[in-house]
Amino acid sequence: MGKEKSKSGPLARRPDNSAFKQQRLPAWTPMLTASTVLPSFYLLALICMLLGVWLLLTVQNTQEMKVDYTEAGSCNLCFEMRKNVSNAGQKCTCMIMFSIEKAFKGDVFIYYGLRNFHQNLRRYMDSRDDGQMLGRKSNLKSPSSYCKPFDVDEKGVPIAPCGAVANSMFNDSFILTYYTINGPTVVPLLRKGLTWYTDKNVKYRNPKMDNLTLPEVFEGTTRPPYWQKPVYQLDPFDPNNNGFINDDLLVWMREAAFPNFKKLYGFLYRANKPFTKGLPAGNYSVAISYNFPVQYFKGRKEVVLTTVSWFGGQNHFLPIAYLVTSGLILLTAVVLTVVWWKFGKDGKNMAD
Amino acid sequence: MFRKRLPPEEERKVKANDREYNEKFQYASNCIVTSKYNIITFLPVNLFEQFQEVANTYFLFLLILQLIPQISSLSWFTTIVPLALVLSITAVKDATDDYFRHKSDNQVNNRESQVLIRGSLQNEKWMNVRVGDIIKLENNQFVAADVLLLSTSEPHGLCYIETAELDGETNMKVRQSISVTAELCDPNHLASFDGEVMCEPPNNKLDRFCGTLYWREKKYPLTNQNMLLRGCVLRNTEACYGLVIFAGPDTKLMQNSGRTKFKRTSIDRLMNTLVLWIFGFLVCMGGILAVGNAIWEKEVGFLFQSFLPWDPPVDNFLFSAFLSFWSYVIILNTVVPISLYVSVEVIRLGHSYFINWDQQMFCSQCNTAAEARTTTLNEELGQVEYIFSDKTGTLTQNIMTFNKCSINGQSYGELTGPLGIKPTRLNFTPLNPLADPNFCFYDEKLLESVKVGDPHTHEFFRLLSLCHTVMSEEKSEGELVYKAQSPDEGALVTAARNFGFVFRSRTPGTITTTEMGQTVTYSLLAILDFNNIRKRMSVIVRNPEGRIRLYCKGADTVLVERLQPCNQELISITSDHLNEYAADGLRTLALAYRDLSEEEWEAWSESHRFADKATDCREDRLAATYDKIEQEMLLLGATAIEDKLQEGVPETIALLSLANIKIWVLTGDKQETAVNIGYSCKMLTDDMTEVFIISGHTVQSVRHELRRARERMIALSRAREEGKGIEGWAEAGFVRNGCKEGQAGDGTADGGGEGARKPSQCPPIPSNLMDSISGEFALVISGHSLAHALEPDMEEEFLSTACACKAVICCRVTPLQKAQVVELIKKHKKAVTLAVGDGANDVSMIKSAHIGVGISGQEGIQAVLASDYSFAQFRFLQRLLLVHGRWSYLRMCRFLCYFFYKNFAFTMVHFWFGFFCGFSAQTVYDQFFITLYNIVYTSLPVLAMGMFDQDVPDQRSLEYPKLYEPGQLNLLFNKREFFICITQGIYTSVVLFFVPYAVLSDATQSNGVPLADYQSFAVTTATALVIVVSVQIALDTGFWTVFNHVFVWGSLGSFFTIMFALHSQTLFRNLPNQFHFVGSAQNTLLQPVVWLTIALATAICIVPVLAFRFLKLDLKPQLSDTVRYTQLVRQKRRKPAGRSMGGVWRGTGSVSEGRLGARGGSRRSGYAFAHQEGFGELITSGKNMRLSSLGLASFASRHSTGWIDTLRRKKNNPTPPGTSGENSPALSIVSGSVPPLSNSSSVLGGSQETPIEEEAVTAPAQNTDSDLAVCKQTSTSAVSEAATPQGSAQPNAAGVSTSIRGRPHVKDSSGGWAHSLGTVQESLFGWKGITTRARASNRAGSPSVAGETSHVV
Repeated sequence: MGKEKSKSGPLARRPDNSAFKQQRLPAWTPMLTASTVLPSFYLLALICMLLGVWLLLTVQNTQEMKVDYTEAGSCNLCFEMRKNVSNAGQKCTCMIMFSIEKAFKGDVFIYYGLRNFHQNLRRYMDSRDDGQMLGRKSNLKSPSSYCKPFDVDEKGVPIAPCGAVANSMFNDSFILTYYTINGPTVVPLLRKGLTWYTDKNVKYRNPKMDNLTLPEVFEGTTRPPYWQKPVYQLDPFDPNNNGFINDDLLVWMREAAFPNFKKLYGFLYRANKPFTKGLPAGNYSVAISYNFPVQYFKGRKEVVLTTVSWFGGQNHFLPIAYLVTSGLILLTAVVLTVVWWKFGKDGKNMAD
Repeated sequence: MFRKRLPPEEERKVKANDREYNEKFQYASNCIVTSKYNIITFLPVNLFEQFQEVANTYFLFLLILQLIPQISSLSWFTTIVPLALVLSITAVKDATDDYFRHKSDNQVNNRESQVLIRGSLQNEKWMNVRVGDIIKLENNQFVAADVLLLSTSEPHGLCYIETAELDGETNMKVRQSISVTAELCDPNHLASFDGEVMCEPPNNKLDRFCGTLYWREKKYPLTNQNMLLRGCVLRNTEACYGLVIFAGPDTKLMQNSGRTKFKRTSIDRLMNTLVLWIFGFLVCMGGILAVGNAIWEKEVGFLFQSFLPWDPPVDNFLFSAFLSFWSYVIILNTVVPISLYVSVEVIRLGHSYFINWDQQMFCSQCNTAAEARTTTLNEELGQVEYIFSDKTGTLTQNIMTFNKCSINGQSYGELTGPLGIKPTRLNFTPLNPLADPNFCFYDEKLLESVKVGDPHTHEFFRLLSLCHTVMSEEKSEGELVYKAQSPDEGALVTAARNFGFVFRSRTPGTITTTEMGQTVTYSLLAILDFNNIRKRMSVIVRNPEGRIRLYCKGADTVLVERLQPCNQELISITSDHLNEYAADGLRTLALAYRDLSEEEWEAWSESHRFADKATDCREDRLAATYDKIEQEMLLLGATAIEDKLQEGVPETIALLSLANIKIWVLTGDKQETAVNIGYSCKMLTDDMTEVFIISGHTVQSVRHELRRARERMIALSRAREEGKGIEGWAEAGFVRNGCKEGQAGDGTADGGGEGARKPSQCPPIPSNLMDSISGEFALVISGHSLAHALEPDMEEEFLSTACACKAVICCRVTPLQKAQVVELIKKHKKAVTLAVGDGANDVSMIKSAHIGVGISGQEGIQAVLASDYSFAQFRFLQRLLLVHGRWSYLRMCRFLCYFFYKNFAFTMVHFWFGFFCGFSAQTVYDQFFITLYNIVYTSLPVLAMGMFDQDVPDQRSLEYPKLYEPGQLNLLFNKREFFICITQGIYTSVVLFFVPYAVLSDATQSNGVPLADYQSFAVTTATALVIVVSVQIALDTGFWTVFNHVFVWGSLGSFFTIMFALHSQTLFRNLPNQFHFVGSAQNTLLQPVVWLTIALATAICIVPVLAFRFLKLDLKPQLSDTVRYTQLVRQKRRKPAGRSMGGVWRGTGSVSEGRLGARGGSRRSGYAFAHQEGFGELITSGKNMRLSSLGLASFASRHSTGWIDTLRRKKNNPTPPGTSGENSPALSIVSGSVPPLSNSSSVLGGSQETPIEEEAVTAPAQNTDSDLAVCKQTSTSAVSEAATPQGSAQPNAAGVSTSIRGRPHVKDSSGGWAHSLGTVQESLFGWKGITTRARASNRAGSPSVAGETSHVV
């Protein structure tokens, strides 16, 4: 009805006959029919299955080794020592032995792991000044209030880098030794290139030097209270790895999302034998300069060695999750098929 | 406004021309303020209003929280920007609305009015008119305030008004000033008028006024008859003077216009509840996390203090937990983002535009498109359960056409067949140059019959040309214009005119016609006028040959009893025809005549004179006299007049009932008319088991009738169940009730209905759908009964009866009652109500219903202005509800479901993360992501869905009205659906948190750098979230227009673009502390493991949803799914569908007609004669002869016929009750007053109550009329002497005697008045559409517009 609009008359106010205004836009009206849903379920199950299998195979080729050194071996002495804050200045080293059953092939990465260390607390994460670490002079001398109470020391001297994050930087160091028949060989580690490119080159910059040396630039600031060395002396070997662009600092400043995490310490330098193909099987020891106290917060420390594949380190969850998902989808698909076959109305009930 | 008067007014005292005196009462001024704000109050008031919204207050509260640094877990701008945006948009909208209100207020307040100030007329603005002023009103002007009529330019202090604005009746009404003031015609006299009026305080009763005028130490009673109410229009009266009694907000018009309420949809209310729930939920979550925080801080955080000391104010874990609680409240607040409210508004706005743009709701005749005047109610259109409809102008066009007739047993007139067959229209001009060219008739046989000179046919049309009270006006030779008091009478006279029996002119004692080309003058001996009890009218005429004949037309039921029993065959044939016509919903009249001998006439005339002079029970005596002569008549035939329904009304009603919408007709019209329309628009059908008529006048009788109706219903339905189609029901169903005040009504039952007797819920055979609308009950209740039924203790009773009925018709209801009925349903039924109407009398109903729809273009714009939606034709309602409403509801529900889902999915991730971050209120995502998620990343796809989604195309939703049901049952979005949504959201959040957690916590990049850093995790989760919700919206979207594609893909694209931008170096360099995510996006998203994680999370989130949806679709498909499916499967697409449902409503009409024809048993009287009594006597007295050229007003006051007066009347005058009150309130009048004009007999026969000295003023109508000079004191007094004898003379004699004198004057005046009438008509037609104009002029001879609408509301 009402279609005889075409006749003449004052139709000045007639709405336009556009598809948009008349809600007649051409449209695709998909619908969940058996012919689309069921095959896609099977397909999805298949894809997940294949992915799962592939990932699983990949993961099988990676290796990982975790050594908890919190109070293992000779480290329990250091552990006890670090319990007392007054001993913070004293050095303590310890050693742990471990053996590798099967050679780690390819690139080997060495991490330090912390458990129960909450880098993801809101106030902890906020307690930093990215402006300062970008090398802004103003921020260097007057750190952001977010850094409190680690913005200035008791004398009012600004702390660089300020904030709780930097202050709590992990400061254990490791020396890995491989025991061959010929005697112990120090495993050569590369301690640079541990960070994102953007962190090293964009996010963190030292203040402008203007022909000054780094210590001069940082003059008028003080080190974070828990640090033993100022920021410009973090790497005694490479002067370019000091200040706000020190790799270890950068690694630490990239806060972990969860309380249990590992952070990259270094990776195997494979130029010389016997490490050209990775870490050979055998006995190893790791000598630890035990500085970082974890007993306050019931934390654990560990050293992690892994090899990586194309999608990263050893990660069993992903392939298994894929396989399980695939199985569930398949099950659902079968159930749906049966239901559809037996009880499905499939739109045939127009009589209702 | 400035209503600081302390006590409520108890009595109003108004002294004319004495502003100082009146001022001390501080009566309201005539300034009307409907606007809400002014410039100063706007900001505070508007903000106050806005913060009354739960949501706005909630966000304000959050904002304050965020300003506390210890708590603030998000930047303050995440809340303040959207909040400010929302508040300002709303404020701008409110300001615009109010601006227009100011404008219209100003326009009204600045109308000019002539006020008598210090003896001279001055133009004053309406708003400056004070109580006690005397104002002059001119023809066609609106009355500025409620005024007491003092004098007019017309004789007897009469004036005519149109009250369409007030009660929707477009017929004219008469008001009369009291006699003492009627003489005060010129300003000088009026200026010295110092009467004081004591009257009731302002109230909203339109038909009542009670007061006393004290003037010159005398008291004069004042009634409603003396009042002109604001909103009326003065018609056919050159000028009049009135004393302002009520002004501005005190006027009855304003008192009657219900408060403008802010309407909210049920979804709005649900949303507010849900927001409260969510707030509760938030508090719970916050509480859980705070407890967690307390424990964590005690166990771990305390030890961790060496790395992160507690903030200075925090000294123990409990305080930390307290702060953490508020921090989490801030973080989790995004479960109800403010963008929800913005989006809802945007979607509604979009839907409103779609309504405005809909071509199929455009009326080409009136060039009016549908208009959504409110943008906030659209989805409620999809939930309507009750429609309250006005009748006149809404269901009907208010045009009567002569459709069929039966002459001497022969039926003429085209069959109302399908519209496709278009028979040729007869051309009358060759036969009759005087024919009305617009008259349509299709049956050639009738014309033939006239041509061959069939005596019956001639007599038939002669009757039609003589027996009526129409006035004619002949501007030039042959150009006849009829002014009928009711449009159906006009239609009959016009029919006679076209068939060669042209009514030319009349005088009080003669009728001149042109019969087949020859001029014949009959002398009119008597008009036996119509009234509601008699249901007939007769004229007694003497033809030129001297034979006296009585012509009678009336309801078949009354007429048949008065026929000569000789020709039973003719009677039964005609009666069959009548039934047929009535079944078609036509308004029928039977016609008969009787020859009278001179002796009989003399004898009767004597008795009539006697009765007329009787002082007591005059009416009854007259009726008895009339009854005596209207006997032994010979049947001529019957006429059938179609009260033209608007296009598509029956179909629309049938369709809407199929959609399970109950339609109540609330009309100010008479019961018969209303019932008739009920039948013709298929609301009432003969298939109905029983139609109950409630018309009791007392509480007891109404209660009794309602109870009886209910008992009958129970009995009948029980009989139906037991009988299972056995004939038993038939006897029960055939409870007949001829008498008017009867309760049971014309119960008829349907002959072929055995199959239909089954309960409507039985097996889904297609015909079942029909049963559910037929074979049920209907209720007709009149206004005075309704007044009782709406009393608090009766409400339930009325409601239970009415709601058991399929159709309810309330007739003779006042505007306020309309609103009360609506309120009643709203209160007790919790159903969504829609009121549709076109007149000012519908305004209150429109305002109080959930949705008010105004039909534009018929009676004015009051209804439209008050409405939420307006369009030109009733039939658009089906599209508005079934298409737009349905879509809006569907879209809104889908939108809300998805919206809550996506926000729970988004927000609850924080909750899970809380368990890993020491409940420190660390967010999972970047704060920019949090800000933009709702505004940018996910807003547009869901908006596009909310705007454009269609589950089935529009034709389908009209074809399958059942598709409307989910809306009524509130199925698509309710608390259950809400829980499903949030459950799904929470499930998604679990997946979105734990899958990345499990994968990333141990993962590294392929270059060995760990992926478990916070920023990578944030990016991964955010990406997964955006992808999952995008996939989900893709699943939810059922109608992928180009916009959906653009928005879905665009949102994904924008997410990545914006993320890369935000993580770019440039921004970081400028604001390192804000954009510290630099580089995260590229570092993270380059990792295959991240993508594998996202894919896994997506699969885990979506697959169950997909499976559930498929199962639901497969096992329990909704009708819409099925329709959609059939749409999809092209095969056998239309066939089963069209037959099973689409066909049902189309078939309704024909099926029921067919049945009726076969059965022929409908004894429903189609009689509906739109007359008000009293016109006849005005004619015979010649009193209105000056009006001959206007002669349309209904002289009996319809005003006095409201239920209140009827009740009052009953007390004074124990005439038989139950006549729906077309009678006179026989008031006892204090001497010195003019009789109220509420009754014909009292106007004419002043003998009864009017003191003799009044005659001089009242009688000499025709003499003064001729002088167009307004009411000259001299002329009045001069004529008054001459005219005395007529006063109480018996009508016929008086008529004859005056006719000679009156005649020339009539001619004179007709010319003068024709002009003004033309203007009136012009202006009235002006705004009608072209076609309407054509149709109206169709009946050029007959009524003016006002006349046409006289009897219907």
